[in-house]
Amino acid sequence: MKTIFALVDCNNFYVSCERVFDPSLAGRPVVVLSNNDGNVVARSNEAKALGVPFAAPAHECAPLVKRHNMAVFSSNYALYGDMSQRVMSIVAGFAPEMEIYSIDEAFLSLGDLAGVDPLDYAARIRETVRRWTGIPVSVGIAPTKTLAKLANRLAKRDPACGGVLALDGRSDLDSILDGVATGDVWGVGPRYSAMLARHGIRTARELRDASDAFVRKRMTVTGLRTVHELRGRSCIELEGAAPPKKGIVSSRSFGRPVVELAELSEAVASYTARAAEKLRCQRSAASLMCVFVSTNPFRDDPQYYNIITRRLPAPTADTAELIRHARADLERIYRPGFRYKKTGVFLSEIVPADSLQLDLFAAAEPSEERARLMATVDIINARLGRGAVYYAAEGVRKAWRMRQERLSRRFTTRWDELPVAVAG
Amino acid sequence: MQTMNDRARSAISEIYACAGTAGPALPFLLASIAAGFPSPADDYIDRMLDLNEFLVRHPAATFFVRVAGESMIDAGIHPGDILIVDRSIEPADDRIVIAALNGELTVKRIRMESGRICLAPENPRFPAIEITPDMQFEVWGVVCHVIHRV
Repeated sequence: MKTIFALVDCNNFYVSCERVFDPSLAGRPVVVLSNNDGNVVARSNEAKALGVPFAAPAHECAPLVKRHNMAVFSSNYALYGDMSQRVMSIVAGFAPEMEIYSIDEAFLSLGDLAGVDPLDYAARIRETVRRWTGIPVSVGIAPTKTLAKLANRLAKRDPACGGVLALDGRSDLDSILDGVATGDVWGVGPRYSAMLARHGIRTARELRDASDAFVRKRMTVTGLRTVHELRGRSCIELEGAAPPKKGIVSSRSFGRPVVELAELSEAVASYTARAAEKLRCQRSAASLMCVFVSTNPFRDDPQYYNIITRRLPAPTADTAELIRHARADLERIYRPGFRYKKTGVFLSEIVPADSLQLDLFAAAEPSEERARLMATVDIINARLGRGAVYYAAEGVRKAWRMRQERLSRRFTTRWDELPVAVAG
Repeated sequence: MQTMNDRARSAISEIYACAGTAGPALPFLLASIAAGFPSPADDYIDRMLDLNEFLVRHPAATFFVRVAGESMIDAGIHPGDILIVDRSIEPADDRIVIAALNGELTVKRIRMESGRICLAPENPRFPAIEITPDMQFEVWGVVCHVIHRV
């Protein structure tokens, strides 16, 4: 049976989240900065119109803030994560199957829609999400995921679409595909599009009409799947929920260069604690741990990078044990006299925690008590907010922490940061 | 001596529980199971009442908003109260709403009559606001409940 795919994508998602709770941002240019307030990662349409490029360094925005009343925010992941969950749970109600593709994008498999007009259906999804959450989304509908992605892109580009576009049963599909560069097709990276250009293939239509033999030879079977999808034959299925992660990285850049071992050590302990929490959250334990440090390669400073790997005595998710090892490892790779930009831990060879439950009873340590302590820490932090209880090794002041000077409030996840309505 | 005995007893009850439970490890470790006779109420245990179930019909569309100001006092809405706002509800005449008005969130009773929209306070000391085309106005959500500390 034929199925129809939809791609639902939030427009300028981070900016839209900020606007829901601050109506004074409507119509103003708004940008959101990356971790550490480094670069622009989200732009309102007004900011795009002013010519702010994606990934522009934050300091280049300063003149626009004055001249055009532009608003600048640090990334507020507590807020964006909560709003994302809301959007996804609403969208899930519209389809028998959904694949969450990123924080602001989801593929839907709509079945055959039982005679409902696809554009009407797309408009209903869009209107419901906008009303329930305040987040504007675009919806692209097509017989394959690749074409749905393309439809979404076109829906965003052309305001006349009203945020929805269906590429299903369109007689003008050829001319639509003529207007799309190969590099804008899902799964065709810059290297492939350069190669295709050398063979005279520049548009999505030309790629669709290329021979199977050529595509298979130059772009492997993965590229061939993309081309078949452009022809309307669905080859890429929805992917289900992600399996437990095979490796967990916890790492951040510092707000300022860090020189002292004591400060580095706090940061490593803090990231280790976060990684251990992630491990326990997916009910697993790690057997291997890497700790790394690095200076800033973009600065004209003496450079140093090192990584150390340790096999743990037994798989564990115990924060205290992991911190103890991580700090010892850090001391072995730390060299004085460098200005460090980044450190982190990587946990791998991950196994399910319940599979080692029996071993715990045999262990010399009172492991049940440790596991109960960890579970209690996680519950407290879930209830009272991240960092409500933490290991002293993580440091109290955390002066190395990343810069987030323009953070909005966590409107939806903290009782003391709720939006305020004026009764005046 | 007393404490060692206690520890031994609690350890034993946990091993029993492990043998009988095939479920995931962490929740089980949190449960402490008392040895002895089962409570006669065990068969009658009902589920606990959940305020979310009572107050939040559409979790994805529900937001909590803090009140500042006194213009809605006669409707039982005081400064510092928390409003439970459901954005999925269609705003209708006479409902209390959160409106985005000229760049600010405000709470008022909405009156919609013959194409005219008015935001009415619930306190005689404050004036009603009639919405005119030059205003930036949108209904943000419909207020369903007030959480008020007494």
